[in-house]
Amino acid sequence: MNAVSCPECEANIGLDPSVETGEILVCPDCGVDLEVIGLDPVKVELAPKEQEDWGE
Amino acid sequence: MIRASIMGGSGYSGGELLRLLIAHPEIEVVQVSSRSHLGEYVYQVHPNLRKQTQLKFSDPDAMQPVDLLFLALPHGTTQHKIDQFAGLASRIIDLSADFRLHDPKDYQHWYGSPHAAPGWLPKFVYGLPELHRDDLRNAHYASGVGCNATASNLALLPLVKAGLLESGQPVIIELKVGSSEGGAEGNPGTHHPERSGVVRTFSAFGHRHTAEVIQELGLSKVTLTMTSVELVRGVLATAHATVKAGVTSKDLWKAYRATAADNPFVRIVKEQRGIYRVPEPKVLAGSNYADLGFELDEASGQVVSICAIDNLMKGASGTAVQCMNLMLGFDETLGLEFPGLHPI
Repeated sequence: MNAVSCPECEANIGLDPSVETGEILVCPDCGVDLEVIGLDPVKVELAPKEQEDWGE
Repeated sequence: MIRASIMGGSGYSGGELLRLLIAHPEIEVVQVSSRSHLGEYVYQVHPNLRKQTQLKFSDPDAMQPVDLLFLALPHGTTQHKIDQFAGLASRIIDLSADFRLHDPKDYQHWYGSPHAAPGWLPKFVYGLPELHRDDLRNAHYASGVGCNATASNLALLPLVKAGLLESGQPVIIELKVGSSEGGAEGNPGTHHPERSGVVRTFSAFGHRHTAEVIQELGLSKVTLTMTSVELVRGVLATAHATVKAGVTSKDLWKAYRATAADNPFVRIVKEQRGIYRVPEPKVLAGSNYADLGFELDEASGQVVSICAIDNLMKGASGTAVQCMNLMLGFDETLGLEFPGLHPI
């Protein structure tokens, strides 16, 4: 199984063989959204996301 | 089956201990003592245990020998009777503060009177498995832990263990605590109209649990500040400290991840989405988990480390049962699998 390192927390993230460019992954440790930006080798970067204020 | 009894079972810690031990697959609870509730069914004091046990409170002076004795007596009581209790069981876990500190001078400093049985202090292992797992496996005597000390010690454990803290810098721990920390006996401050809705700082400096943080983590400049909040169960420790120059968030991730990997009841809660992004005691009620989170300002080196626990579980009875499991060679998590409730 392919794996990448989370750019936020350096967790080792296992990848499904069918992973595709543009797919959004969630780091199982720190919970950030990661976008797959390349496949050979697999590369990810932090995906942009809207800020949440929890309604406060 | 291991035969166990509880000396002093009418308080909150004693009741929580009984709840855990009744359901434990390797334990038979033989007796639970209470002088003030002698002869009453235990479920008349601990109503959640109705139909769980038909035990009645026993006379403290009529306790039978057992394999393991839990002591859940008021602080300052056990040290005067420890020889008598040791005659009843070869293994003892004392939830009170009497045998937590190793140095009798420290005990006198923090508790205001000389220790009555200083010769017994070195026989007790400080009962926090996250710090003394191997020692507990061979122990016959384990102390309990202070609930606030436990939240503080676990908040700082990853940083201390990985050597990330700048030495000599102060560590400030702000603790928000629930009302059950005050025990089952009331006082004017716990009267409902006075206690309900409070955010009340009741100890700015000098709380006794500070001694356990100093002893166990080897830190010198430590302050615990206690604030009562609108909770029945729960402690939230928010520790402010300084890391060494050059330490990054990724270094902290490695340290916290290692602590969580080594300890079955330690979890990292540091989410980027949803409501539960940081540790909160609310969802831990009744569970033995300690949830850790952190944030680092890399520019200044200031770190905030957070730990949430249930004060009666990880901060008292749950950890005592965890110690028991280690002392008796059981799986460390046996009887402690309850994950808490949501919503609550």
